[in-house]
Amino acid sequence: MEYETPENLRYTPDHEWLRREDDSPDEVTIGVTEFAQEQLGDVVYLELPAEGTALTAGAPFGEIESAKTVAELFAPVTGELIAINGELEDRPELVNESPFDEGWIVRVRISDETELDALLDAAAYRELLPED
Amino acid sequence: MTDHGSPGALTHLVLRERHQALGARFAPFAGWEMPLQYEGIVAEHHAVRERVGIFDVSHLARAWVQGPRAAELLRSVTTFDVTALPVGKAHYSLYCNEDGGIEDDVFIYHLPNDRWLVIHNAANADQDFRRLQEVAGDMASEVTPETVLLAVQGPEAMELLGNVLGERVAAMEPRDCIELDWRGSPVLMARTGYTGEDGGECIVGADRAEELWDAFIEGGATPAGLGARDTLRLEAALPLHGNDIDATTHPYEAGLGFAVSLDDDAPFTGREALVAAKERPRTRRLAHLAARERGVIRRGYEVSDPDSGDVVARLTSGGHSPSLRLGIGMAYLPVELARRGTMLEVDVRGRALPVEVVRRPFYRTPKDS
Repeated sequence: MEYETPENLRYTPDHEWLRREDDSPDEVTIGVTEFAQEQLGDVVYLELPAEGTALTAGAPFGEIESAKTVAELFAPVTGELIAINGELEDRPELVNESPFDEGWIVRVRISDETELDALLDAAAYRELLPED
Repeated sequence: MTDHGSPGALTHLVLRERHQALGARFAPFAGWEMPLQYEGIVAEHHAVRERVGIFDVSHLARAWVQGPRAAELLRSVTTFDVTALPVGKAHYSLYCNEDGGIEDDVFIYHLPNDRWLVIHNAANADQDFRRLQEVAGDMASEVTPETVLLAVQGPEAMELLGNVLGERVAAMEPRDCIELDWRGSPVLMARTGYTGEDGGECIVGADRAEELWDAFIEGGATPAGLGARDTLRLEAALPLHGNDIDATTHPYEAGLGFAVSLDDDAPFTGREALVAAKERPRTRRLAHLAARERGVIRRGYEVSDPDSGDVVARLTSGGHSPSLRLGIGMAYLPVELARRGTMLEVDVRGRALPVEVVRRPFYRTPKDS
């Protein structure tokens, strides 16, 4: 199966995506990829820290619970968590239905833009996905 | 006999290609390659609660015990008095060990002419069949490989079963079992299941299985996998052997006293221990816990008493309830903490999630409530 991997996003090997916001370049929106949601199955709950929490690149900051398993969310960049997607509280299934759009998870104000350079572009991320 | 033992070599379902064509994701379970899900666990769960779903549960082992002494022999190794079970009826029962611990839970079906069908859990299939052979010898035979077992479950299940299998199905009461002729082949149908919903389970020869599966799918059944089967049985508070009951738990503390008959004088394995266990005050009881904050409680997580701070149990089962939209689970709690309304905490990877002891089942069908 062909997984969607939008060209305008950055990716991590943990199957998260980042989108730099055009109107405020020091802010990124973070979610999980279509492949990740497909592997997880039905998402039923997200455990996320409060707004204002400081995140460290590479460190776990939350958990995503599906009907069959639980996975950690890792901060792809260092910064301050400035928003969480409140829609997910009542509709966690948005992560499955619309992983790159309505199912976004958190927004972060990044403290070091150079960290973005270490992330994967869509072509490099696609290399990590299984063929079939 | 099916080889359940060799690791790595999974037994394939007869209907494997049907499952593949429907987009199944497979997972190993008790030596079998089983459909875990098709469209998704939650969608399949709701299909069974609201309409009708179909499960291929052919991994469950099927054995016959036949002959004039079959009932008496079965009685000697199982807890329920099957000698009192009328022809055409099925009942839940247990194999216990000499200590009264539950070696497996089973369904026993009484068919005409001294024929009895026993359905075993896949993980225990070999030891269960040996147990039957020890007492019944050649009167016991396993028919797992040459048959397929399909469970059709949900509020519309009996209607679909009637449409496919014929009008005799319409007259069936819960736990009735009949043998019928379906397009020239025998099908055994029982009004039983493991989801908390109405419905039936059908055994058909492997050579007619694709045709019967197709008839149910074309009739509107949603294919459902082991993932949904687990969320459904958990909401219905039905225990899973190996999780909620095992050789170290006895039927009374598990709430399964209805499966144990002690009033007849017949000896059976575990009888003395069960007589003693019944009279002894319980020290613990399988309790049902519902999360009172958002979060998912899962098997193995610790349950603690917030008053003392002590860890008092581990969840034997747990998960997210799609119907109730909250975390639910079961655990053997000290009796003083197993009372309805008691507030406890479950350690969800470092977070103390409040849970309440509730009555079973977690979910009631609209018909029941």
